[in-house]
Amino acid sequence: MEYEPIIGLEVHAQLLTKSKIFCGCSTQFGVEPNSHTCPVCMGMPGVLPVLNKKVVEYTMKMALATHCRINEVCNFARKNYFYPDLPKGYQISQYASPLAEHGYVDIELNGGRKKIGITRIHMEEDAGKLLHDEHTPSSYVDMNRTGVPLIEIVSEPDMRSAEEATAYLKRLHEILVYLEICDGNMEEGSFRCDANVSIRLKGETAFGTRTELKNMNSFRNVQRALEYEIRRQEYLLASGGEVVQETKLWDDAQGATYSMRGKEEAHDYRYFPDPDLVPVVIDGRWIEEVRETLPELPLEKRERFIQEYQIPPYDAGVLTSSRVLADYFEEVAKLSGKPKAASNWIMGEILRFLNEEKRDITSCPILPQSLSELIQLIEDGTISGKMAKDIFEDMYTTGKGPQQIIEEKGLVQITDEEILKKAIEEVLAANPVQAEQYRGGKEKIFGYFVGQVMKVTRGKANPALVNDLLKKMLAGS
Amino acid sequence: MELNQLTIHELHELITKREVSSTQIVQSVFKRIETVEKDIHSYVTLMKERAFAAAADADKRIREGDITPMTGIPVALKDVLCTKGIRTTCGSRILHNYIPPYDATVVEKLKAAGAVFTGKVNMDEFAMGSSTETSCFGITRNPWDLKRIPGGSSGGSAAAVAADECIASLGSDTGGSIRQPAALCGVVGMKPTYGRVSRFGLVAFASSLDQIGPFTKDVEDCAIMMNVIAGYDSRDSTSVPLDVPDYTAFLSRGIDGWTVGIPREYFIEGIDPEVMEAMKSTIAVIEGLGAKCVEISLPHTGYCLAVYYIIAPAEASSNLARYDGVKYGFRAGDGRDLLEMYKKTRSAGFGAEVKRRIMIGTYALSSGYYDAYYKKASQVRGLIKGDFEKAFTQCDVILTPTSPTPAFTIGEKMDDPLQMYLSDIFTISANLAGIPGISVPCGFTRRGLPIGAQFLAGHFEEGKLIQMASAYEKNANLEKRRPNL
Repeated sequence: MEYEPIIGLEVHAQLLTKSKIFCGCSTQFGVEPNSHTCPVCMGMPGVLPVLNKKVVEYTMKMALATHCRINEVCNFARKNYFYPDLPKGYQISQYASPLAEHGYVDIELNGGRKKIGITRIHMEEDAGKLLHDEHTPSSYVDMNRTGVPLIEIVSEPDMRSAEEATAYLKRLHEILVYLEICDGNMEEGSFRCDANVSIRLKGETAFGTRTELKNMNSFRNVQRALEYEIRRQEYLLASGGEVVQETKLWDDAQGATYSMRGKEEAHDYRYFPDPDLVPVVIDGRWIEEVRETLPELPLEKRERFIQEYQIPPYDAGVLTSSRVLADYFEEVAKLSGKPKAASNWIMGEILRFLNEEKRDITSCPILPQSLSELIQLIEDGTISGKMAKDIFEDMYTTGKGPQQIIEEKGLVQITDEEILKKAIEEVLAANPVQAEQYRGGKEKIFGYFVGQVMKVTRGKANPALVNDLLKKMLAGS
Repeated sequence: MELNQLTIHELHELITKREVSSTQIVQSVFKRIETVEKDIHSYVTLMKERAFAAAADADKRIREGDITPMTGIPVALKDVLCTKGIRTTCGSRILHNYIPPYDATVVEKLKAAGAVFTGKVNMDEFAMGSSTETSCFGITRNPWDLKRIPGGSSGGSAAAVAADECIASLGSDTGGSIRQPAALCGVVGMKPTYGRVSRFGLVAFASSLDQIGPFTKDVEDCAIMMNVIAGYDSRDSTSVPLDVPDYTAFLSRGIDGWTVGIPREYFIEGIDPEVMEAMKSTIAVIEGLGAKCVEISLPHTGYCLAVYYIIAPAEASSNLARYDGVKYGFRAGDGRDLLEMYKKTRSAGFGAEVKRRIMIGTYALSSGYYDAYYKKASQVRGLIKGDFEKAFTQCDVILTPTSPTPAFTIGEKMDDPLQMYLSDIFTISANLAGIPGISVPCGFTRRGLPIGAQFLAGHFEEGKLIQMASAYEKNANLEKRRPNL
């Protein structure tokens, strides 16, 4: 019997607005606990929420980027539950009427494309953070995060494997970061994901009982947790058991999922429209205004790169993985006029150097202008490819331009035939035996002479020219 | 006459003429408080020191010629309005020690106008009640008969004005909590249109129904207070950005040619005969002023109480969730874990009526019941609102009794919540429809208990209410009485 997994994801993304969703407090992280709070986000008696318009606009951007329909009127609702990190005893969220519905994103997998439906995107406020004292039975609440704006993106149950789910998640992540509305940091929790998983026999149309997975804070963990849970459910069904509807936590260290709460313990959130907030009305003009601010999105950019720069799809994929990297590539490609060379340098040297230091392109010490100069110097034969690699390393560590390094180190390639002839003569004179062997038919030894010439010229000889001259001179001219 | 017995406008005139100072007025008020407070118990927290400091400030402003109609006037605040640095309890054990870090918008506005706060006045716990018997600080008595309740939930606000323990006060009205105690204590009380006065800093009971409004000794004072507290506030998303007229301009316009609607559904069995009699005299006075009284119908009136007792508790169950012992207020200290701390705190922190409403509201919002209760109630609420919209195409204002009975005796309805709920039967509809209402004194029973008449108008027509009530007040020739304390 072959089973088919059914996966739907709920993604929470923290929005990069300067202030919180319902008050003027800063959303900045890493500050003294409870320093970015006010009576409103602390849920003091008598306070009222006032919606931050930027939150609506950011959510609209995501809605437009994922082909959603934006509702003309949407409402906020209260989600009621007790927890110490929730100062009002309810979270302001959206329920019956979210901001946007009925969208999709395309994912690419094994060369093919698949549409993953988006059920809804809604706005809500984040909760605070509990800090537990290890030495005393005390817990503390930090409310700096309380009221930080979130969007929840709910997918249709359209994914049929852990790979598809991960590809979808990466696509959402990429779009959010491209839109510059979320920093996408999974470890710090600004991009979080819960998964609903069930399996059914291939060919069945009804869904099986699902479990909800939480606590997966990296793409890798999402994939591992889903794979584990799918195997667990398959084993259960295959051995005559049943899947129980429950919420499960992924344990990274153990590589397994554990039950957090069952169906009976499921919360009744008693949603109802929040009477403190008025309906959000979004007209066509506002939608168009926001649409005009949308940047080129990753998939469109990828296709344009393939067309415009004639680079392979794989290269285009890597280069468009972030907006800054794509911009960097485009600048080098345009300045140098050599897109493929630009792509090779960026994907090879630049990313390797940056990765080693766990930096990203925004802190690359080599400016696009410098890299394009380096590419041109190779193209016009001023330096060899090998020299270029050394110069690159210097550029990376010192931040200097290639010309400066070449001048400082006297690294210009020797293309003067007279100088090269002299060097070859020197080499041939020093290796009479080998020269004889070559002339006797042992042509393999040619490489040895090239190496020797390079050695004498300290690697500065133009290799093509050396080859040429060497052949002629060995032939006895 | 003592200064504390005068109205805002009378005192303002004396202040303007430099005949009295704010300090003298405040002295007179606190002298009165010392004399009668043991009998009435209007106040939960007195602000004597601050009041004298504020009076000194006001006197300085007066000397500098910086005078508003409220400058130097002693005002009491219902203990549901947040006051920076002053305990704000809502009459509940769960907030018995809570000191807000900010002022409510109305408090800021009154402060800016130069008003002097005398203290925080008593109320039913979290404004849930019609008798001011459920406060954890004890009951407030009706100045007209100390064996009787002052009405509620703003009983302290009404009693303090009636007993001249302040010149005016603020209350809040979710289902009649300003108008009903105003009627029972023989003072003027107005519930403005929902959205007219900012709710920022009003501790929420039922957010879609709550409004802040004034208690005053006459209609002119009501207009003066409304001029200060009304208006848009960017901190309250439900406050409406509409210009506020000068309400005092409506005071002497008369009502000649007006049509006053008398809703047949409000003149029902169960109304006290003396209240009914007072209504008849009120109609006669109004007609004498050139207005025409016509019978109208508000067909969904019968559903008001039911709708109210779903929507108000539902919202309350959510609004009161924040009192969990975690951040402020009362916490029961001996819980073994979080859940037990919550349970013990809320069990001991809330009184019986508040717990009853939290449970009703929680039930009404529960999954599987939401559609049958909350959703249905919201739909019917729309019909009730529609009734009024239609009615106001036929009349300028509507007249009803404020309360079916005069003040009842202490304890009389405490064991019968349904009887208690019925005392708001004529006031609840205005909250559901969001329209303004005013209660004005319209006579006394033979035992000497005050009776109130309620006028209702369309959204943002507070001016019409003041015009109507003022015309009535000037011409009713009611006997001038004071409670015998």
